[in-house]
Amino acid sequence: MNAPAVLKVPKSWYLPSKPHKFCPGCGHGIVLKALGEVIDELDIQDQTIFGCDIGCSLLAWDFFACDSTQTHHGRTTPVMVGIKRSRPELVCIGYMGDGGGYSIGSQHLVNAAVRNEKITLILVNNTNYGMTGGQMAPTTLPGQKTETSPYGRDPETTGYPTMGPEFLSELTPDSAYIARASVSKYKQLKKYLKSALRNQMEGNGFSFVEVLSTCPTNWRTNAGQTWNFVEDEMEKYFPVKEFKNPLGKGDK
Amino acid sequence: MPNIIGASKKSFVTGNETAAWACLVAGADMMFGYPITPQNEIMHYWTRLAPKYGRGFLQTEDELSAGFTVCGSVQSGKKAFTATAGPGNVLMQEPFGMAEAMRLPLLAIIQQRGGPSSGTVVYSQQEVTLTTFGGNGEGMRIVYSTASHQDIYDYIIKGFNMAWKHRFPVFILGDGYQAKMREPLEMYNPEDRGIEMVKPYPLIGVEGKISAGREPQHLNNIYSLEEELYEVVMKVAAEYEALEDSIVEYDEKNCDDADIIILSHGVVSRAADDAVKILRAQGIKAGYFRPITLRPYPHKQLRNAIAKSGAKKLLIAESAYGQLERLTKQEIFGETIKIESLFRPGVGIIDYDIINKVKSVL
Ligand SMILES: Cc1ncc(C[n+]2csc(CCOP(=O)(O)OP(=O)(O)O)c2C)c(N)n1
Ligand code: SF4
Ligand SMILES: [Mg+2]
Repeated sequence: MNAPAVLKVPKSWYLPSKPHKFCPGCGHGIVLKALGEVIDELDIQDQTIFGCDIGCSLLAWDFFACDSTQTHHGRTTPVMVGIKRSRPELVCIGYMGDGGGYSIGSQHLVNAAVRNEKITLILVNNTNYGMTGGQMAPTTLPGQKTETSPYGRDPETTGYPTMGPEFLSELTPDSAYIARASVSKYKQLKKYLKSALRNQMEGNGFSFVEVLSTCPTNWRTNAGQTWNFVEDEMEKYFPVKEFKNPLGKGDK
Repeated sequence: MPNIIGASKKSFVTGNETAAWACLVAGADMMFGYPITPQNEIMHYWTRLAPKYGRGFLQTEDELSAGFTVCGSVQSGKKAFTATAGPGNVLMQEPFGMAEAMRLPLLAIIQQRGGPSSGTVVYSQQEVTLTTFGGNGEGMRIVYSTASHQDIYDYIIKGFNMAWKHRFPVFILGDGYQAKMREPLEMYNPEDRGIEMVKPYPLIGVEGKISAGREPQHLNNIYSLEEELYEVVMKVAAEYEALEDSIVEYDEKNCDDADIIILSHGVVSRAADDAVKILRAQGIKAGYFRPITLRPYPHKQLRNAIAKSGAKKLLIAESAYGQLERLTKQEIFGETIKIESLFRPGVGIIDYDIINKVKSVL
């Protein structure tokens, strides 16, 4: 006799808020699943503070069975800084979109990195403003069509995509953890998220993971096209790798 | 609480120094701030005092960040505050709005400077509208307008308590004159005056393990349904209104038989007080009314002063172009007393200005 099939969900997920509210095929769900598993593996559910931005990330405000707070568009970074500076024993995770992190909240991101704030930020790059209906984001690829670049992004007039981990690497000391992951590489995504949390837990410094993600709703893509866009277009433009990893480099 | 002041003592200090000491004795844990004149010395004194008493400070990248780091700190259970002015107060309306929405007990000291825009770094009373009703909310805030260094000291201590007791953001509305001038101040430990300081407590990162069965705390400020937001706003408004009588503060002198009541707040009320004394000595029946809380506003008390005096005129004197006047008019809507005004936006008002105005309208 077969045991009934049990859906294995991370212990740190908050079940009353499931099923989650992201669109089918949305990358946010994959990132949050990986994050939940990592929180479980590190056994930090009880000391985690999860903070989410305004953007589709806000749909995660009650996603975890962890104390959580939801902020304004772009302001998750300072809220997490305020908490971490007040209660260093807490593990603070800021969760935001590319618009929130690289555009409206960029001054906070830059300065938190420069100050080497001991928080972990996860930035979901879906190359557009998902929540507001698919406008151009700092990460929109050259030529990519969005609601506010209907003829394709023209770098002449709107610049080139923001390379977050690249510039953050320049701004941070060696004790920072900086990486870019992709929802198409789940194991690696988990590994990077885990390192970013461990780096905070060990009190090293600023920890940042950009995750290349999907937004089939605004991209208007089917399943195949969605994965192709991430793997063929985005990953080509945005190198997926660790930029800085201070873990395991001798004494801290 | 450590004995910071020792025996209560007289000092001769600036308003900014006063503010830093008051935050210290009130048990503030953290200050987050961004430089702007005329509040800078609050940070300067705080950064000298804080490490000696195990308190924290962060100079943030801007006022948005200062306001939001304060919000985070307060959520984690610390008594946190900030100080700002003018354009900084404008930027901080975004985090102040979040504090209003999420009932975050932050305290902000506003040292008003001239406006609009960058204005002057000197003085004004032009941040009344912004501080009372700034943001995209309903003004669910407590605003104390101080007139002296003693006020700054006393109301900062009280302000932290009101914030943590009622969970409404509290504003200490001073100005550049109060910030920079020196005057005598009586410093004391709140405990020595029988003032019990309300203990802060965390809203997230609370006692108990979620893994052992505690419910996780999920704080939010955005809602999917109109009705959900409506319920929240109506509940907050009802709580605020129920507290109004216990929060409202005002000062009133010589109103019983006044022909004209001079209404002013903050540092201008000192000139009004002097003016009333001089006018009375000259046989002119002038009265004095000063709202100490601008939110909530002492509207019942002002209506009462108007009624019992039978005064024919209300003279509103302010270093702004009608911000106190608009606030007052909406609060005493329906009163038929004639309102006169003395508006001097961004400049000081002395007793002489008020006396002349009174004589010209009586
Ligand atoms: C101050 C402010 N400006 C604008 C908005 C409207 N807004 C809500 S979400 C959003 C964009 C979200 O895009 P992103 O951060 O990339 O997150 P995504 O939805 O793509 O995950 C914007 C502009 C807002 N909430 N607040
Ligand atoms: S709009 Fe895009 S980012 Fe937002 S939930 Fe839907 S798929 Fe995800
Ligand atoms: Mg986005």
